[in-house]
Amino acid sequence: MSTSAPASTPSSPSPRPAGARKAAARLRAPGRGPRSAGLGRAPRRSVLLTLLTGLVLVYSLVPLVWLAINATKSQEDLFTSFGLWFSGDFALFANIADTLAYDGGIFVRWLLNTVLYVVLGAGGATLLAVLGGYALAKFDFPGKRAVFAVVIGAVAVPGTALAVPTFLMFSEMGLTNTPWAVIIPSLISPFGLYLMWVFAAEAIPDELIEAARIDGAGELRTFVQICAPLLAPGTVTVALFTMVATWNNYFLPLIMLKNPDWYPLTLGLDNWNAQASTAGGEAVFDLVITGSLLSIIPLIIVFLLLQRFWQSGLAAGSVKA
Amino acid sequence: MTPPVRTPLRGLGMAAALLLGLTACGSGGESSADDVQAALEEGGKITVWAWEPTLKQVVKDFEAKHEGVDVELVNAGTGPDQYSALQNAIKAGSGVPDVAQIEYFALSQFAVAESVADLSSFGAADLDGTFSTGPWNSVNLSGGVYGVPMDSGPMALFYNKDIFDEHGIEVPTTWEEYVEAGRRLQEADSDVYITNDTGEPGLATSLIWQAGGKPYRVDGTDVTVDFTDEGSTAYAQTWQQLIDEDLVAPINSWTDEWFQAMADGTIATIPAGAWMPANLESSVAEGSGSWRAAPLPQWEEGASASAENGGSSLTVPEASQNKALAYAFIEYATVGEGVDTRLDNGAFPATNKHLESEEFLSREFEYFGGQQANKVFSESASNVVEGWSYLPYQVYANSIFNDTVGKAYVSDTTLAEGLQAWQEQSVEYGNQQGFSVNK
Amino acid sequence: MTTPTAPAPVAAGPSPRRSRRRSWTGWAFIGPFMAVFALVFLAPIAYSVYLSLFRDQLIGGNTFVGLENYTQALVDAQFWGALGRVSLFLAVQVPIMLFLALLVALAIDSGRLYGRDFFRVSIFLPYAVPAVVATLMWGFMYGNRFGLVGNINDAFGPTLPDPLSPDLVLASIGNIVTWEFVGYNMLIFYSALRVVPHTLYEAAQIDGAGQLRIITAIKLPAIRGALVIATIFSIIGSFQLFNEPSILRHLAPNAITTDFTPNLYTFSLAFRGQQHNYAATVAIIMGLITMAIAYAVQLRGMRKDV
Repeated sequence: MSTSAPASTPSSPSPRPAGARKAAARLRAPGRGPRSAGLGRAPRRSVLLTLLTGLVLVYSLVPLVWLAINATKSQEDLFTSFGLWFSGDFALFANIADTLAYDGGIFVRWLLNTVLYVVLGAGGATLLAVLGGYALAKFDFPGKRAVFAVVIGAVAVPGTALAVPTFLMFSEMGLTNTPWAVIIPSLISPFGLYLMWVFAAEAIPDELIEAARIDGAGELRTFVQICAPLLAPGTVTVALFTMVATWNNYFLPLIMLKNPDWYPLTLGLDNWNAQASTAGGEAVFDLVITGSLLSIIPLIIVFLLLQRFWQSGLAAGSVKA
Repeated sequence: MTPPVRTPLRGLGMAAALLLGLTACGSGGESSADDVQAALEEGGKITVWAWEPTLKQVVKDFEAKHEGVDVELVNAGTGPDQYSALQNAIKAGSGVPDVAQIEYFALSQFAVAESVADLSSFGAADLDGTFSTGPWNSVNLSGGVYGVPMDSGPMALFYNKDIFDEHGIEVPTTWEEYVEAGRRLQEADSDVYITNDTGEPGLATSLIWQAGGKPYRVDGTDVTVDFTDEGSTAYAQTWQQLIDEDLVAPINSWTDEWFQAMADGTIATIPAGAWMPANLESSVAEGSGSWRAAPLPQWEEGASASAENGGSSLTVPEASQNKALAYAFIEYATVGEGVDTRLDNGAFPATNKHLESEEFLSREFEYFGGQQANKVFSESASNVVEGWSYLPYQVYANSIFNDTVGKAYVSDTTLAEGLQAWQEQSVEYGNQQGFSVNK
Repeated sequence: MTTPTAPAPVAAGPSPRRSRRRSWTGWAFIGPFMAVFALVFLAPIAYSVYLSLFRDQLIGGNTFVGLENYTQALVDAQFWGALGRVSLFLAVQVPIMLFLALLVALAIDSGRLYGRDFFRVSIFLPYAVPAVVATLMWGFMYGNRFGLVGNINDAFGPTLPDPLSPDLVLASIGNIVTWEFVGYNMLIFYSALRVVPHTLYEAAQIDGAGQLRIITAIKLPAIRGALVIATIFSIIGSFQLFNEPSILRHLAPNAITTDFTPNLYTFSLAFRGQQHNYAATVAIIMGLITMAIAYAVQLRGMRKDV
């Protein structure tokens, strides 16, 4: 993300109100350039430190490399060749074509389902977290002290035991086996609420809200026109977190969905993996591997595109706590 | 090897059930074969939960044959996953399918809870004699017929002939010889194992069944669990030798490693139900020509006892609103034209008509080097030991098999001790559920 | 920064800088969140509490049993065994993961790395991999016949122990979880470090403080809030361990029992044993324990004195 170009120092004078300037500085925090700003010299780079950190890097990447390499192998080569190197024919494109075409192209359907769940679920979760975090940071209302305690307490209850009660309730409401059964639970992101809370407290100066109120703006207008733009970096952060959570969603869809046409990718791949264990079923481990690779590529792309925003949002959030 | 439990059987034995149809007899009242015919004429929609792959074609054919009938086939999970989905749906009172595939070992659990309908009045009572004994006894529970057999898994020993030929070892006909063959294979080549096993409840119970053991006795809600009888002991002692001497490969069935091990000669034999050929053909293509089928080794020399391993029935959940149409589909799939379709696609029948037909028996399996393997399976089906029953909560019992008996594969615990622990936990659970177990 | 009026429990949100008028307006903004939250969390939990007072048998039906399920759970060796296992996991895996994450964050933040941006992105990447895929992937790699472990053994002789044996499987799961979340936590720490005013370091350097001293005296205290919140979410994550062991079970059926973790145990009770009432009871007890520990960590972590 950011380059190392030095930026203005945090202490530089500014005509803007103090609070806003501080918030603005935070928002730009990651772009603020490394230590060079201060004493005017960059720290020496260290080969040793780079190598040591490189160990963690290797640890992080080896399984992904393994996945990428094995996605290029045919089912037979998969078992007979060394896992961390290419072998036999380069079957990546054949595997991708097979994955996309298998069982009437259901993989594409699963991919689209996942996108739908991410857009509605993660989008909605972000909206709710932003609104809620804003309320916690900028309003004093009855029951406020209890809100976060209740949220954390509820999250601490193991989800598997809640699945059946949730299933029974959703069934009563006619939601099971519909996309809503996946989307509605995805709307809640406790960590997102927490992040928006600390972020809003930092990023929005109270004076700004008060000024808007004095001008006669309604609460909604104040939020939409004045506060929402200031919350943008934090919003992107929460959106990324909820996207990952929704993309990775596995257990609840497993309980709620019976129709493969509504499966997200995680469930679909698990299904393919289990297929080998059905009498008369066809083992498709090669497709599971290629499908796994394909399923994480979109997320990685989104990460790379948005990480600049992400960082600044996280920074403002975590500095506080 | 593979017990049907979480897996194999599905294929073959599965049960799909469909249920609902639309018609008439949804609620209460006596139903009759006439209702079934009427439901077919009236048409309607039913949902079938099944994971058995050959049913896809059967559904298509059925819909083509009966205009106005719409069958939705849903794979709601395999084995236990589907059962808990079914139980949840029943509990919720909505989303219950009209037909559900249920494996034989799991059926009594649903029958006891009256979750699935007694199909006698729809015409299932007239099917006595239609199916081989093992499967038919499995669906006949306390005076009712709670499912119709869809397939079966009479056991056989599948073996890689090339391996035995190479090392000059005879194919074992008793379990004693089997252990000995395992030793000789290991001596000849430490990469070759007589079989693989990491503990599977389906295989263990089937072998005990073959040995004449009757660890489970069920009389209504009075249940006895006893793994110290002669058959169970014979199994435990023999299999303990295989484990102690590391003669079985520690490879989990139904994994990528397993298929590869069957292809590359690591595993010499697989004792399994007659559904196995379909899996060999589809997932171990390299083994074609090397493998053969033989009668299951015997516990007593010269005997010809066998057991069922896996297989499913098709049932109609009690909550179905269209039982008559559901039954019409079941009938088509299990005794009607659907059977031929399924056999063509690799399923193994439960119907005597097919098991005894000349065409079936004389079929030459290219995979087995031209062997008429169905003769072995058909013979096995007629030699299944009578009197076996599963627990009315076998799904749970099987789920904790690896917690208890599985210890024998990874620690100093013996199989006999493992079976004892399994027994204790099964007894405790049964009593908690209101059965009277070992009392 | 916690002040006496800080919002409650866990973690510490910021406290208002000045008192505002108390009004219900705030509910207009938090209302939507809480409404959905009530539907997908509070209602099922309330339902579970209700369920926990009954016992539904296959034979005999549903009866009210009061607190009997709770007294049963208190002496349930399987439950406590599972809790012990995740506690061990928590005690070993979480510190390792957070320590690694912190080291990497400090290294990247120090500006002394070549290719800093590449490091940051790459180490973070595993977080993008769904747990299901991560476990399938590591499961393939753990295979000691055809997986990476098998490859290594073939190449160098059988030297590596089986990662899926009962003795090692917990560590193998810990490895998967660590792999998934090091980058995630690293980024939280790194971002917190980025906003520490550099003037502080400069002043310290001028005073002659070494790097280590700057880290312990300035950097760590400055990101204490991030450390606490990461710890709390890691505790909840450890106590709810489910996806990784449940998927890995297909490969290690005898090593990973059905009561391996509290969450697996409740799954087994509810989905295999149809013991919904007892499963609800165990879940509620587990929730209470988790909350208590999270609260204790927060209290301790937020103390002003180090």
